[in-house]
Amino acid sequence: MKSHVIVFPGSNCDRDIAVSIKNISGNAPEMVWHKETTINTSDLIVVPGGFSYGDYLRCGAIASTSPIMKDVVKKANDGVPVIGICNGFQILIESSLLDGALMRNESLSFICKDIFIKSKNNSSIFTKNTNIARMPIAHNEGNYFVSSDQLKKIQDNEQIAFQYCDQNGNVDNPSNPNGSLKNIAGVLNKQKNVLGMMPHPERAAEKILGCDDGKSIFESFIN
Amino acid sequence: MTNSIWQFQTDQSLVENHGLKLDEFTKIVEGLGREPNLTELGIFSAMWNEHCSYKSSKFWLKKLPTTGERVVQGPGENAGVIDIDDGDVAVFKMESHNHPSFIEPYQGAATGVGGILRDVFTMGARPVANLNALRFGDPGHPKTKHLLSGVVGGIGGYGNCIGIPTVGGEVNFHSSYNGNILVNAMTVGIAKKDKIFYSAAAGIGNPVVYVGSKTGRDGIHGATMASAEFDEDSEDKKPTVQVGDPFTEKLLLEACLELMKEEAIIAIQDMGAAGLTSSSIEMASKGNVGIEIDLSKVPMRAKNMSAYELMLSESQERMLMVLDPTKEEMARKIFKKWDLEFEVIGKVTDTKKLVLTMDNKEEASIPINILVEDAPEYQREYVVNEPSPLVELDHDELDDNNILEDLLKMISHPNLCSRKWIWEQYDHMVMADTIVRPGSDAAVVRVHDTNKGIAISTDCSPTYCKHNSFEGGKHAVVETWRNIIASGALPIAITDCMNFGNPEKPEIMGQFVECIRGMGEACSKLNYPVVSGNVSFYNETNGEGIYPTPAIGGVGLIKDLSNTMTISLKKEGSYICVIGNSNNHLGNSQYLSIVKNKEIGSTPSIDLEEELKNGKFVLNCIEQNKFEAVHDIADGGLLIALAEMSIYGKKGVNLDINKSSLTEYLFGEDQSRYLVEISKDSFEELLLEAEKDKVFFEKIGFTQADQFEIKNIGKIKVEELIQAHESWFKKFTN
Repeated sequence: MKSHVIVFPGSNCDRDIAVSIKNISGNAPEMVWHKETTINTSDLIVVPGGFSYGDYLRCGAIASTSPIMKDVVKKANDGVPVIGICNGFQILIESSLLDGALMRNESLSFICKDIFIKSKNNSSIFTKNTNIARMPIAHNEGNYFVSSDQLKKIQDNEQIAFQYCDQNGNVDNPSNPNGSLKNIAGVLNKQKNVLGMMPHPERAAEKILGCDDGKSIFESFIN
Repeated sequence: MTNSIWQFQTDQSLVENHGLKLDEFTKIVEGLGREPNLTELGIFSAMWNEHCSYKSSKFWLKKLPTTGERVVQGPGENAGVIDIDDGDVAVFKMESHNHPSFIEPYQGAATGVGGILRDVFTMGARPVANLNALRFGDPGHPKTKHLLSGVVGGIGGYGNCIGIPTVGGEVNFHSSYNGNILVNAMTVGIAKKDKIFYSAAAGIGNPVVYVGSKTGRDGIHGATMASAEFDEDSEDKKPTVQVGDPFTEKLLLEACLELMKEEAIIAIQDMGAAGLTSSSIEMASKGNVGIEIDLSKVPMRAKNMSAYELMLSESQERMLMVLDPTKEEMARKIFKKWDLEFEVIGKVTDTKKLVLTMDNKEEASIPINILVEDAPEYQREYVVNEPSPLVELDHDELDDNNILEDLLKMISHPNLCSRKWIWEQYDHMVMADTIVRPGSDAAVVRVHDTNKGIAISTDCSPTYCKHNSFEGGKHAVVETWRNIIASGALPIAITDCMNFGNPEKPEIMGQFVECIRGMGEACSKLNYPVVSGNVSFYNETNGEGIYPTPAIGGVGLIKDLSNTMTISLKKEGSYICVIGNSNNHLGNSQYLSIVKNKEIGSTPSIDLEEELKNGKFVLNCIEQNKFEAVHDIADGGLLIALAEMSIYGKKGVNLDINKSSLTEYLFGEDQSRYLVEISKDSFEELLLEAEKDKVFFEKIGFTQADQFEIKNIGKIKVEELIQAHESWFKKFTN
């Protein structure tokens, strides 16, 4: 599998995801500097987490204008699988590849802790293996919001990828860490080849880190 | 001119405003053979203040043990370096940012983190863990909530953005910090032993290069401010606090590490306290050379900055390097790629002088040795207070029937409750190498791409130090050692961050001297040397000093991560055993402070032989896989330690203890003790081994489902303990 990880100034989960992909697929991804303009033929493009451009202006906003993003959008539209995690999710939203907005956490503070998510549907390559999975979140702005029209649209199209839940899979208020509408933790594009999610599967992909539930997300499209 | 003995042209108040004394100014004049100009006065002020010169502490710091078979670099460089096998080294240091954090908590704490990170990556190490040691005033003090939120926000804001996990730390509340909070930040990095970078400039004619952010007018005289006491007007000092930009620091980190892969850097030094002044002088002094700088070439953020301002600005995220001239263009390309400033601002000379020019005019010319070797050094007067005496407690006041009630009161108290509210605001998992997260005895971080890890812990008990500075100093060192042992790691070395009041007061100096003596004794006995550190004096407001607070950061090595140990109870039906002697020492304990509202009695003393013996036994057993869980017994005593094990493991316990005074036994703070969870089958064998090693080992109960139970006293649900443990911070900060 040929994969690519985009590196922006301020990305800080680029190495973590590269390690996970290599551990699971056997092949290290190619790291692509954001000032490049094209990505070689790819089976997976990752927009990693971090604080691209220091979260200045608005999370992901400046990175979405980086030269490489034109090609990411083009390849996404051509059907290449693209996954954006945390800040990567914010960048994909700012690039209009995904619907909605990520606002500040309801608590108004940064949250780093383990949460549970469950896949809302198994209609995509990313979600077909994941039932209930534990993994960390670490963000300031993960409070997902869409207008009611858009919500209906993404529900009808089965674009909700993951929802926050408790360890038994109940999607309820106490298990919602950041105030996201409908406990939404990740969404897909209409074609289901682009996924954005706030939780970090790459930080939960080895038993020694406390949990390897995150592997299922990668395995679902790697194997 | 108010003072008749002032015989200089330079205005006396100008000199005093630069924090310099008459005899110090006289020394400058004698050294230069003339009176300094304003820029030079500023430079002397920056170099000779307490924060940069260690003039009151140097004499005593030299008494600490700093060598050992694993020490690669001891104190004197940007950070200490220890060998962690396979050609790898750990690079670490702890540093204070107390004064700025009190004036402006968010930026003060943030730039404290930024500064210590630079100290570590300057040496060629990739930072892998941040920790901190924080002290706030009484929770009831009107400023405490604001300072706590600001400091935690600042530490998180910087560490989260740059993407280095904040994996541990400690927090205390005590009224002695009402006017002077303490913010001590520690960073640990990993490097290759043959790729460590130092600050000694070399190669006459080589370019001196400025990289990073532009220089602005922020933080001018920050180090001088940090070397003075506070009064009612301390808020006016806000402009001396720097503003951090973690995003730029991330770029600087990546650019520096990228350049460090090439053979281009001859010397490198970060611009921390006293900015361009201390970095250039440090490099010249270490290399025994001179440096010439054309200040008009310094990248500036503001217009019309003077030589004085440029030299004293503490703008953040800047570095100074001496480069191999043939690599200059390659280096420039790397920094341009990361959108950072890169400017050749001067060169290495053979004059052994710091020469500054601006617009072709000479602004300063000072022999380096006057600034460094001839810097004032004081052996300040000191008196050692008698340690607080042992106090006989009225046994009628200690009602064993209240033990569970007392436990709930203690476990929910600000000084013993869960710090989850804090660490959940810190990204403690980025880099995907955090093996033991915050909340255990020590944090454990994997050395990337290996199966070994480093265990790190910060600690200090200021009340112990206040009532017996010698034993308190010993304790701070030993507590981190014990935490590291309990995590399954071999303790290797420490960094110290010495926070004290005004050293010109003999009593304060006495606390410092005694803490150092205690620390030194513990370090020697445990083969646990000091490899880096920092001193922060003048933590006083309106003449009131803080409690002596020698915060220690210890680092250890776990050769095989499968031996990593945590405090959480693992199974039901295991035995719980105590290792080490209990003598019911309640003096200065959390029990007296929280339950009885008294700060009385003597600090518990530590028998270092006993400490070493028990520690070796515990580590040995962990490595032989004989323990399920281990927790050292610290603040609050045995029952608090056990409650924490219960809370983190979500398992209950059933204690059957046959002691005459249960309250004293369960809350006493005798040292050198551990609690362990073992499987029933291994009890007899462990008992024999302990006997053989002359280690006190006793079974006190077993684990069970969800009740925390003490025979003949009562029981409470573990869930109730958890609720009590986790509620205070949320309520306080809401």
